[in-house]
Amino acid sequence: MSIGHSFLGLLEGRPRHGYDLKRAYDERFSPGRPLHHGQVYATLSRLLKNGLVVVDGLEPGEGPERKRYAVTDAGITDVQEWLSQPEKPEPYLQSVLYTKVVLALMTGRPADEILDVQRTEHLRLMREVTRRKTGGDLAEQLICDHALFHLEADLRWLELTAARLNELAARVRP
Amino acid sequence: MTEPLLVGTDLFKMYGTTPALRGSSLTVRAGEIVAVMGSSGSGKSTLLHCLAGIVRPDDGTVVYAGREISAMSDVERSALRRRDFGFVFQFGQLVPELTCVENVALPLRLDGVRRKEAERRSREWLDRLEVGDVAGKLPGQISGGQGQRVAVARALVTEPKVVFADEPTGALDSLNGERVMQLLGQAARDTGAAVVLVTHEPRVAAYADREVVVRDGASLDLERVA
Repeated sequence: MSIGHSFLGLLEGRPRHGYDLKRAYDERFSPGRPLHHGQVYATLSRLLKNGLVVVDGLEPGEGPERKRYAVTDAGITDVQEWLSQPEKPEPYLQSVLYTKVVLALMTGRPADEILDVQRTEHLRLMREVTRRKTGGDLAEQLICDHALFHLEADLRWLELTAARLNELAARVRP
Repeated sequence: MTEPLLVGTDLFKMYGTTPALRGSSLTVRAGEIVAVMGSSGSGKSTLLHCLAGIVRPDDGTVVYAGREISAMSDVERSALRRRDFGFVFQFGQLVPELTCVENVALPLRLDGVRRKEAERRSREWLDRLEVGDVAGKLPGQISGGQGQRVAVARALVTEPKVVFADEPTGALDSLNGERVMQLLGQAARDTGAAVVLVTHEPRVAAYADREVVVRDGASLDLERVA
């Protein structure tokens, strides 16, 4: 997730203070995983340095967090470019789990138990996310759906691997 | 913890020479939603049919509220299914010649409830399932998602103690499937019904309180193992 681009997008609506930006970001894009203050100000410093935002006003007598930031034309162009570029699809290789399964098979341990334990953990998390989704607004529901589809994809991999354990064992066992 | 309401123990079932269940067990407590998962042919639907008294197991017992279903006569089992159990299948299985409200009222009518009262209660359930506007339509005149909600209303209209749902969202797109699951889950929680939910879809199973996996005719309670 590009925090910088998200900030620029949020600033397109209106100029905001650093704290206000953080709150809007946490609420809309990262519920449950708030940004650290350090990340907020490091990001704003970089945007300032690159001419993508300017300080639009200062409230005297307060700390640096009371600076109000506004997006520049260059900042708007930057957001536009970011939005128009597709994200690189990243096939999430189950490397740790795959390694565990292969190692278990190689050493004669029960690989199916590893898959079952992982499956249980995945479904537990899916239930938790589903509960969150059921009680959430549309934005929350969409964030939860994204997580659910990814978890479901992992579960399908676990099922497929479970169904092919014997085949895999024949290949990896010494 | 609540007392077990429905307990299937060491169930065996053969179809011809093919074993469908090989020592499968499942315990359902009042008010809980249990997802029964497994690949095609694993035996999960047969397990549901045995638990619901639709199919008699070759061996093993099914006990509901202290009574052994597997030892009941066909008449007793039919009465139990009508009064205490509700059913939702993959394809709504609505009677095509009856309107939606008549379909929902059917289990009440079979149980001797007068038409007016049965249809009043049915309309309430159709409203609750957000399909009150299709009450007077025939199943052939409504969408698959609406039909499945009507089927859920029919399953719940008698306020059963257990709802058996076999792939209830299998024929629906994801948005309709989710809504049906939300409504089924909510209605079951409101009425205190337990749900035995057979599905191969993790996203559907995630609406349950816990999961049991059926593999090669045997059920595994992975959460207890873990």
